[in-house]
This record gives sequence, C-alpha cells and structure tokens, in this order.
Amino acid sequence: MCLAVPGQVESIHAERGTRMGRVNFGGVVKEVCLAYVPEIAVGDYTIVHVGFAISRIDEASALATLQTFEELGLLDEGLAELSGDEPAAAP
Amino acid sequence: MKHLSEYRDAETARRLAAEIRRSATRPWAIMEVCGGQTHSIIRNGIDQLLPPEVELIHGPGCPVCVTPLEVIDRALAIAARPGLIFCSFGDMLRVPGSRENLLAVKGRGGDIRVVYSPLDALKLAREHPDREVVFLAIGFETTAPANAMAVKLARDQGLANFSMLVSQMLVPPAIEAILRSPGCRVNAFLAAGHVCSVMGTWQYPALAERFGVPIVVTGFEPLDLLAGILAAVTQLESGRHELENAYPRVVTERGNEPAQAVIAEVFAPADRVWRGIGPIPVSGWRLAESYREFDAELRFGVGDLTAVESSLCRSGEVLRGSLKPDECPAFGRECTPRTPLGATMVSGEGACAAYYNYGKARSPGGEGSESR
Repeated sequence: MCLAVPGQVESIHAERGTRMGRVNFGGVVKEVCLAYVPEIAVGDYTIVHVGFAISRIDEASALATLQTFEELGLLDEGLAELSGDEPAAAP
Repeated sequence: MKHLSEYRDAETARRLAAEIRRSATRPWAIMEVCGGQTHSIIRNGIDQLLPPEVELIHGPGCPVCVTPLEVIDRALAIAARPGLIFCSFGDMLRVPGSRENLLAVKGRGGDIRVVYSPLDALKLAREHPDREVVFLAIGFETTAPANAMAVKLARDQGLANFSMLVSQMLVPPAIEAILRSPGCRVNAFLAAGHVCSVMGTWQYPALAERFGVPIVVTGFEPLDLLAGILAAVTQLESGRHELENAYPRVVTERGNEPAQAVIAEVFAPADRVWRGIGPIPVSGWRLAESYREFDAELRFGVGDLTAVESSLCRSGEVLRGSLKPDECPAFGRECTPRTPLGATMVSGEGACAAYYNYGKARSPGGEGSESR
C-alpha cells in the first residue's frame, strides 16, 4: 500500500466531473484518479497509491539527487588516488 | 524505466555503502518505519551492505499488520452477511481474525471482492444499487486520500448502498510512541517517503528536536535507502538531530494540500489500538460526524465487537523492533505465509513475510522460501 512505482501520464480526461488519467507503469497502463495533482500534465511522472496520483515527480530534484550520487563516487576516487589506495571495496 | 532504474545502480550502491562504512565509527540503530522500505531492504540485501556498526530495526509501518483484531473481526461479521458485497485490498484476506479470516468467509460463499482501489468498490456500488457494498478502508496516510475521496464521491453521487469500515493509522504518533517506550534503542528514523508525500514533512522537526533523533525522509529504491541511511549516520556522527529530506523528487515540506483538504473534510482524528503494540492516542482517523451515514460499523451494528489476541504469535515484538522475524521460534515452522500465525507473515509489507520470502537468498542453509 505504501510501496508505489512511478508511472508516466499518457492522457487526461474527466469522468463524472473527476479528473482521471491513463498512467503507464513500465508497459502496464492503468486508469488513475488525478484529482489530487491538478498541476500534472501529459508526459509527467507521478507516484500512485491505490489508484490515486499523490505527487508529481520533480525532474530538477531527481537530477540533483543523481548528481549528488555521481559526486560522491568522484570524491571516492579522488581520495583513493590521493592516498594511493584502491577505492573501498564493497562485499 | 525512468525514475526507477537510475536508483538501482549496483556500482553507485557500493559507493554509498562504502561512504556509510567510512562514516560510521560507533554503533547506531536506525529504524525504517515503513514496511515497504523493510521489503526493499531485505529483497535488495541493503542490510548486508552495511557495516556492523549500523543496525536497521524494522518498524511498525505495515498497515495490514497493525490493523487491530477487532477491525478484522468486525470485517468478518459484516462480510458474512448474505447479499452483501465486501471489498478489500488483497493482502487483508489471509489476515487471521479471532477465529478465521476473510478467505474462509469467501470459501463459505461470502461475496468478497479484491479491489485495487476504493474507486473499484464505488463502481460496484453503482452497478449493484440493490446490494450493500462495504469497503475495508485500512492503511496509513498513503491510502487516506483515496479512501476519503471514495466516501466524498459516494455522497456526491448519492450511493446510499456504499459504506466503509475505517481503520486509518498515522505514522508520526507511532514514531512518538516508539520513542517514549521504555528501553527504546532507536537512534534515528528513516521516515516513510510516500506518507510524507501526502502529509508533508512539517510534523517532524519538532519530534527530531524534542527527542534528539535525526529523522530522514527516505524513498524506496536501493540508492534512496542507502542515501537515507548515509544521511542519518552523518547526522548521528556529528551530533545533529534534524529533519532531512533525502527524497526531494517526491516529497515537499507542505505535502499534497488538495489531498489534505479532502482528508480533513471526510475524516476526524481518533484514538487507535495498534495490533501488536496497543493503544496510541490520536493515532488514526475515523469518519467525520458529517459522513457517519457511510460508517459500516454503525450501519451494521458491529462497533461493540471486541476481541482477544492469541498469545502464540510474537508479531508485537517484531512490530516494536525488539525481535527480528527469524529470531521467533515459530518462524518458518508453525508460521509461514500459507499458515500465518500473525499479520506480519501475511502482508506484502510485513517484516516476517519479507524475511521468509527473501530468506533463501540470504542464508543458503535456511528454511525454504516461497515465491510470490
């Protein structure tokens, strides 16, 4: 119930006055209620819980997080070079 | 797939784990509150990437597991009524009540439907205007927006044959109860990312300050979890205890305000008993007075039904983080996902089910595992 994968909004329509959309989860397309994400547009990614889109995935924040991971790796290698060791091995 | 595969990169995971190993100089116990995170941790072997100094304690954030026995028994009493359609999320069907489970009622001819969303239950109510349709509305803050909207739409659409058995639970009061419990050894929390996507993070700085614990909002993919753990360890090592958002692509400080508005209209705060843990004040929601006509407890007169928990199952200790699932004598023996003694072995988010289902990969000599 709390585990949810991101899906991409393919289309948006109204059903009995409620904002609905078709969301693609890695090839599986589901009908999802979009009433709680009024800002979402076709092509955006969203997190869906029990048939309801709860948040729009922020592309800029996603890129920033991935950038942090990259920098962590570069820092690792830089430190290793300085100390003459191999990068720390993981099990 | 975008926003998924990037967060599963093995090389980056090793780098993050190495950074955690370099940062941790003392023993720290970190609780991941959410059962979805527990499953991701065990399935991906995150706990085995960590240095011995960092211990993960699995928290009570499995909605199926903490749904009180009384609610299961009330669900069973309602579901057994002839002519009624009872709708539930799939993983509630095997959860043991006092004497049986929903699957047994279904086996005797009860019309029990597994639904993916409460909107499916609403559709059934529209299609069967001559029959009562009841939805078992359990879950944390992640299911509340959907469940609240279903009741609101039922009223808007005049679906008088629809009602809900509500057992909504809230995460922050549970964190506070754990911190107040005697012998609590949790040094930091990974807050459940998707709960925060609904409610925001504004409730947590005060908790972090009052109890002196770092609280890191964390996602569900392997790199998200490792980044959350690294942030918690970094705070602990430097003596800080703050709220930190390690899942900013999904979580904002204010959360989903349209969802919060509908929740505030449809639900009201309530004291809740947590299965395996006990009563926690103001730790859930019930239907608000203005929506009581949709309350299945009142409609079917099951509100007084009480229940006594069996003493065989030690899931309470697992939910409180004081017992690891495989330390229980019944684990994998009397208790398996097919014959569960407690809800933690049933649910897709239960810690015992995670250990059982992914156990084979963890210890080649261990008990067999079951594919799901």
